[in-house]
Order: sequence, then C-alpha cells, then structure tokens
Amino acid sequence: MNAATSLKTIVDSATTAPFDLARIRADFPILEITVNGKPLAYLDNAASAQMPQPVLDRLVRYQTREHANIHRAVHYLSETATAAYEGARKKIQHFLNAREEREIIYTRGTTDAINLVMHGYGRAFLGKDDEIIVSQLEHHSNIVPWQMLCQEKGCKLRVIPCDDTGELLLDEYEKLFNAHTKFVAVTHVSNALGTVNPIKAMIATAHRHGVPVLVDGAQAAPHLRVDVQDMDCDFYCFSAHKLCGPTGIGILYGKAALLERMQPYQGGGDMILSVTFEKTTYNALPYKFEAGTPPIAAAIGLGAAVDYISDVGIENIATWEHQLLSYATEQVGGIRGVRIIGTAKDKAAVLSFNVDGVHPHDVGTILNEEGVAVRTGHHCAQPVMQRFGVPATARASFSFYNTLGEVDQLVTGIRRVQKMFA
Amino acid sequence: MDSKQLYQEVILDHNKKPRNWGKLEGASHRAEGLNPLCGDHLWLTLKVSDGQIEGIAFEGQSCAICKASASMMTTNVKGKTIDDAEQLVREFREMATGKLDVVAQPNHLGRLSVFSGVKDLPSRVKCAILPWHTLHAAIHEADSVSTEGEQDPVAVAHAKP
Repeated sequence: MNAATSLKTIVDSATTAPFDLARIRADFPILEITVNGKPLAYLDNAASAQMPQPVLDRLVRYQTREHANIHRAVHYLSETATAAYEGARKKIQHFLNAREEREIIYTRGTTDAINLVMHGYGRAFLGKDDEIIVSQLEHHSNIVPWQMLCQEKGCKLRVIPCDDTGELLLDEYEKLFNAHTKFVAVTHVSNALGTVNPIKAMIATAHRHGVPVLVDGAQAAPHLRVDVQDMDCDFYCFSAHKLCGPTGIGILYGKAALLERMQPYQGGGDMILSVTFEKTTYNALPYKFEAGTPPIAAAIGLGAAVDYISDVGIENIATWEHQLLSYATEQVGGIRGVRIIGTAKDKAAVLSFNVDGVHPHDVGTILNEEGVAVRTGHHCAQPVMQRFGVPATARASFSFYNTLGEVDQLVTGIRRVQKMFA
Repeated sequence: MDSKQLYQEVILDHNKKPRNWGKLEGASHRAEGLNPLCGDHLWLTLKVSDGQIEGIAFEGQSCAICKASASMMTTNVKGKTIDDAEQLVREFREMATGKLDVVAQPNHLGRLSVFSGVKDLPSRVKCAILPWHTLHAAIHEADSVSTEGEQDPVAVAHAKP
C-alpha cells in the first residue's frame, strides 16, 4: 500500500459526503462515459457543470408538452409556458433571498449581466474622471466592459491588488476610495485561484463611501450560500450552466430602486408598454430589461437546477466540496515538482497548479489520456497569471458529484506527466 | 489517439534541448508569434541573404508541442531557400490540419511528420503550427502573428509597406 492509498483510506473513513454520493452520481448520465478507455473524471466544473436527469427531464417536458411564446397569447400553451418561466424566476428569487421577484432579470449569462449594468447604469451615471474599482482577481468579463466604459466616458479603472496567496489586500482596497469613486465591480470567488473574497465586508466598505457594488457570482452561486439581502450587494450576477443548468441563461439581481433608475439595455418586444413613432413607454421591472423572446426552456431549466441544488442542500455541497479540495490540495500539493497557485485561507473548489518544466497544455493533453478533464490556460484571467508570473496553469475544479477516487485519478495522471517529461 | 503517439521521443527531446535557441545578432527578419489560448509566445529571428536562410533562432515560452515544432523547424529550414521554406510551411500546415496524408501523398516533411498526430487533437493544432505561422510572417516582415482572431494567420500575414 503506497502513501497515497493509505491516506485515501483514512480520508474515506473519516470523511464521507453528507449525502448519498452514489445516488447523486446516478443522476448525472454523462458521468458514466469513458474517455480514452478510462472512466471520465470531470474536473472542469468551474468552466461548466454537468446537468442532472431532473433538469434534462424538465427541459424535455417543457419542449414536448408546454412550449409556446410567453407573455403573448391567451391560449393554453402560452399561459403554461409563461407560468413555468415566471415560476422559475420565483425559485431564483428564493435561491438568492431577493426581496422582490422583479429584482431578478434573466440574461444570457454572467457576462451579459455585467454588460447590462455597464450600459444601463455605467453609461447613464458615470462620467469623466469617475473611478471604477475592480480587483486583480477578476475574470476578463468583469474587466473589459468597464474598460470599454472608461474609453467611452473618460473614467479610470482602479485595481485592488492581491498577495502571494491570492487574497485581496483589503487595506489597499480601502485606500482606493476617493471623491471620484463611483462604482465597485468585484468577484465573489476567483475562477482562476478559488479565493473566496470577504464580499460582505467589501460591500460595507464601498457603502460607507456611498458607492454601489456589482458582485460577479459566477463561481460562487454553485458552491456557497448566496443571500443578496444579507451581503447587501447592489447587483449580483451568475450563469445557469455552472449551476447544473443550461447554457445561454443567467441572472442579474439588482436592487429594485437602482434598476428603476437605469436605462434599458436593449430595445424590442416585451420590454415596452406602448410604442408609437413619437414615443415609447418602457415596461415595468423586470421586463424592461428582457427585450425579445428569451431562451424560455433554459430559464425553466435553471429553475429545475435551482430545485435540484436546493434538494441536495447548498451547505451539504459546500461541505463535500471543501473535503474534496482539502484532499486534492494535500495529494497534488504533496507531489514533488508541483506548485499550487492560489493558497488563500478561504477557497472554493478550485485547484490551480503547475508541474515544473511542463507547460499546462501538455499536462492537460496527457491528463485527458487518463480520462481526467481539467482546464488549462489563462482561464480568462490574464491579470491573475501576470500577478503570479505564469503564462497559464492547469486547473482542477470540483463539484459535489466528484469523488476522492477522481482526485486519485488526477494524481496518477500528474505522475504520468512527470514520468513522460522526466 | 494515444498521447504517446504525439509525445514521441524526438518531440520530447527537442522540447528538453531546443536547437537554435536564442536571438540572432544582426537579423534581417524577425517576427513574434502568439497563441493566446494557451499562452504560447515565441520570437523568431532570421538572417536571409540572396533568398537563402543562412541563420535562424527562436526563443519564448511555450508548450512542448510548440517548442519542439519550432526547434525542428529551425533545423529543417536552415540553409534552405525562402521558396523551399515556404513550401514546408504549406505542407506542415496541411499535415497538421489533416489535409495532407504524409504516408500516402508526396511531401518534403521528412521527420517533421512526427507532428501528424496533432490533427486528431484540434486544440493542439495551433500549438504545432504557430512557429510556422511566425516563420511565414517573418519572411513577409509582418510584425506579429496570432493564432486567434483571423481564420488563417498565414493568409493574412502581410509585409510592412
């Protein structure tokens, strides 16, 4: 028995999932496939998570029994579809603990939600020399829209630095505020490193300076309890497909008072009350921001995904993913010649690492041979890579349906990489 | 495909001990190649005289496939005419994208055919081709090439006015 196996045995006996892991896995048909003759170990959940059977079933049921356009006709199918679409909004409201249903806006995803706020709020209320604070840990989608706004309006981007573990420097953050500061856009959880930012405290700091805060929750919503009233964020964004839901749909939560003041993002059907060639009156929230026919099935699928996640229990999910991360950190970090990037005290289920002397892309290709799916590259977070002086990393990211055995499969793969490149 | 087929001894060797590594003093042609997808980044310098590549060197940060491809490219085109080098660029690109069957069809690739396996790994094709794009750009004196954006950087690489 080697060291890895004995440790795994200890971990297995000491820690088991707070739910029936085998039953959970049986809900995800894709986990049964083999890749290159090896069982799939899907460790790319931060890029996109897999969909359980109840969500798939809900999509099929909608499309086979309930589909028509929403908010339009008086016929049975239109009313059924509308009820399902609006019912999903209600589920999401509860999931985020939003005060009102109209604070939940359907978008195409996190990126679209951030762009909506940039257009609807940024372009309306920010001007020359105003400052926007972002962090070193942002995904490109929470940098580029604000840079576009800076170019257009002559605003400035200020950046919260992070330390060598990947934790934001909160003292430096506080120092960035001045009379010009008009907006903060910060991630809840880093997609490249897994750092969980102390978001509630950061929001309180901004609010002390009278500045609203947008939180990029793409990596947080699937892994930890999000309570928008408790954290008191002004905007919160996430994508369905990282939460075991469909692609093409995401959510913008915004405080109703702010959303009311904002300009629509896109014009079209469904977002109006009345249209003449002289004047158009916009619809009420949330429809003001939902122009055109939305991805109805995807929205309903997100509702089903929220139900599924809630049934498993977000606290249970957080507990098990934390155990997976601890075990993986110990096992992968214990391999000589492997460097873990991102060692914050509070982390979500992301393990970024580099193998000495081997480019992450080669690591990824060889891990794929072992059936292990990881992401390699800059993770759309080039400023993070620059901060840590690496062109790219390999990233294993866990979901609640992963097993300790899959972590072992990853470790076996990394050892094979080292052997090939020795 | 099995990664053993791609990561053959010769590729691993060129990755470990890249040939013609560095920058040429007094280069007549130079270009920078970038693959934003995986962060492959290399600089190529050439000394061309009378239509012949007298010297060539490269350096940068890249994955094994890209580095070995660059290294083997330099050993292959050194001493060749620009026209012969351009023919290799074309053939290598066709091999890597599966349009040239190195076994069935005549070609001048020789040992470079160890890279034929990348055609089965679409995400890695760009890694293998980048040095060749960069060589093409250097010959045509374009400043830099990227494997992102334009469909075919070889087709869009252009000489400075």
